[in-house]
Amino acid sequence: MHEMGIVNSVLDAIRAETRRFPGGHIYKVGVRIGELAGVNPDAMSFCFEALVRGTELEPLVLEIEYCPRRCQCLACGYLYTAAQEDSACPECGMRGSQFLGGDELDLAYLEVENGARNAGT
Amino acid sequence: MERVTLERKVLSENDRIAASLRARFAQHNILCLNLISSPGSGKTSLLERTLESFDRRERVAVLTGDIQTENDAKRLARFGFPVKQITTSGTCHLDARMIEKALLDWRLEDIDLLLIENVGNLVCPSSYDLGEGAKLVVLSVTEGEDKPLKYPSIFFKSELLILNKIDLLPYVPFDISAAEENSRSVHRDIEIVRVSCQTRQGMTEWLAWLDRKREILRTAASAV
Repeated sequence: MHEMGIVNSVLDAIRAETRRFPGGHIYKVGVRIGELAGVNPDAMSFCFEALVRGTELEPLVLEIEYCPRRCQCLACGYLYTAAQEDSACPECGMRGSQFLGGDELDLAYLEVENGARNAGT
Repeated sequence: MERVTLERKVLSENDRIAASLRARFAQHNILCLNLISSPGSGKTSLLERTLESFDRRERVAVLTGDIQTENDAKRLARFGFPVKQITTSGTCHLDARMIEKALLDWRLEDIDLLLIENVGNLVCPSSYDLGEGAKLVVLSVTEGEDKPLKYPSIFFKSELLILNKIDLLPYVPFDISAAEENSRSVHRDIEIVRVSCQTRQGMTEWLAWLDRKREILRTAASAV
């Protein structure tokens, strides 16, 4: 269970970002988790709620975009999602694909209310 | 209301330290390997067999991570190489900062091969870059052959799968071809060696893999 540490990294980033928005409040953070990232979205949400509760960050919502493993067929170039590398291409039936994505652990965006953005940031 | 795009890694602080470690390893031509497995798969035994095979003049060092105890460091220190235990006090993985700190009083110019034994855990260590040249995953035949499918992240990110405890194959219902097939279905190019730390079967293949990696690094270094 390392979701606690990962949520702490997210909250550290939010605290750092808060300084850019004097008078504003960050009320939502968007995180992208790939299925190969080894991070459980439910555990992450649980830790997030626990770590935000009772802090100056409240109210703060976590929005998780869970990203499947994406691949491209080596034969016909078709883009598809599949849990395994040797899954058959749904278009041409060939096995074998190029990995395109699905291991993300990204801080994607913030949503800020009434925040005047600092110049130059 | 305003949406602000960030688009950066959640673990960017860890990644920053890992990148600096990687640069230092490159500068000193150090091959750094990050060994990951479930608890009890035999990482420490594999390191024991590996260290005992080395000439004492080899410039090898080991960092070994555990939640508690110095037991693994004691086991590994017998071979005369520098070994340091990292106790994480509850944390289920090593992170780059722990490695940076552990290396503070070692001279990197005296090291050619740095072996890092991560905390026994197939999930969390896969998220934390330690600046290593390669991740290795150890899977023992007393576990399930479907582990690569259950824990795809680490099998996907590892260059080499070490199938350990193969001396026990006659006594356990482990389908070794299925395990290899499952690993390749998650990571097509994963290399595989089968070993037993008890009978030493497969140790030659494992050491040959290690030699090959070190040779590649030496060649690259001398070409610069």
